[in-house]
Amino acid sequence: MYDAMLAETVRITGHGGDQIEAYLARPLDAHPVGGVVVIHHLPGYDLQTKEIVRRFAAEGYAAILPNLYSREAPGASPDDAAAIARAQGGVPDERLVGDVAGAADALRALTNANGKVATIGYCSGGRQSFLAACSLRLDAAVDCYGAFVVRTPPAESPLRVTPLLDIAGDLSCPLLGLFGAEDAYPSPEEVAELDRALTDLGKAHEFHTYPGAGHAFFAVNRPSYRPEAATDGWARILSFFATQLAS
Amino acid sequence: MCTYLTDTLAVRASAKGPQGWFAAERATVYFDHPVHLGDEHSLNVDLLGAGALPARVGLELDASSALALARAVLSTLATAPDGLVPSVVAEQARALLAGVPA
Repeated sequence: MYDAMLAETVRITGHGGDQIEAYLARPLDAHPVGGVVVIHHLPGYDLQTKEIVRRFAAEGYAAILPNLYSREAPGASPDDAAAIARAQGGVPDERLVGDVAGAADALRALTNANGKVATIGYCSGGRQSFLAACSLRLDAAVDCYGAFVVRTPPAESPLRVTPLLDIAGDLSCPLLGLFGAEDAYPSPEEVAELDRALTDLGKAHEFHTYPGAGHAFFAVNRPSYRPEAATDGWARILSFFATQLAS
Repeated sequence: MCTYLTDTLAVRASAKGPQGWFAAERATVYFDHPVHLGDEHSLNVDLLGAGALPARVGLELDASSALALARAVLSTLATAPDGLVPSVVAEQARALLAGVPA
């Protein structure tokens, strides 16, 4: 089996026609492949999230990671960019949707694209993956422990985000949700509330909550990493994409 | 968890980053995931300069260290020789220190 892949920094057209930075990894095999837009967590466009992008390419998908902080801090190190974006209140929802749409278009334009695109996001990106799936035509979405899908942020937070339940009826694709039982953002109650709402709306979804795991259990460089939950989560993601992104 | 809680304040300060000294205009204080400290959460402080791409100095402290640092700052302000610190600031520092048992 030919398994060469290419990973590189590219420019894509994001919200408002802005040229933004993105990290693209893709198999060089000519066979048609599905695409995955990876949405980074609040700490930013970092090395660990780029590793996730390369993992998807190694698994046979074209994957792209838009740098959501391209405008606030072009060229800055990920932690500086995240600090600046935090001080400015985070990424506006409308801009996020435009940037994900641009990333999805970039994947669909690849010569070996099969036309199917999913999103996956972690932490704040989990909420944004759900937001994108309710705002764009997608084939699958994964929400990894995204908070504030059903509840508002604390009053002290500078983040300008709102709950998304009112647009859940627009969910355009099956949703896989992966959560930690010991997480508070989102809490198990919040996850259950979203589960009930999607069931009531007749939206295809599959949620898994891991005991012994809190927030960010996929983050290999943090004490929150939980190998058992992460390994099982990866298997579920790949199985989900094998079904939803098949040519 | 990502706490998202952030206190943002205007400051008049100078800080030294990788490119040298700069005038800091804002500070953010939050208890959330650190980038470098090997804990799940830490008390983080960013001092940010002016402009579209501001200079930054970041601090990540474990909770006990953050409290000790806060106490040391208050103590230093409260006990500075008369006339060096504005009296209203020194009085507030003493009042706050009185409310923070050692």
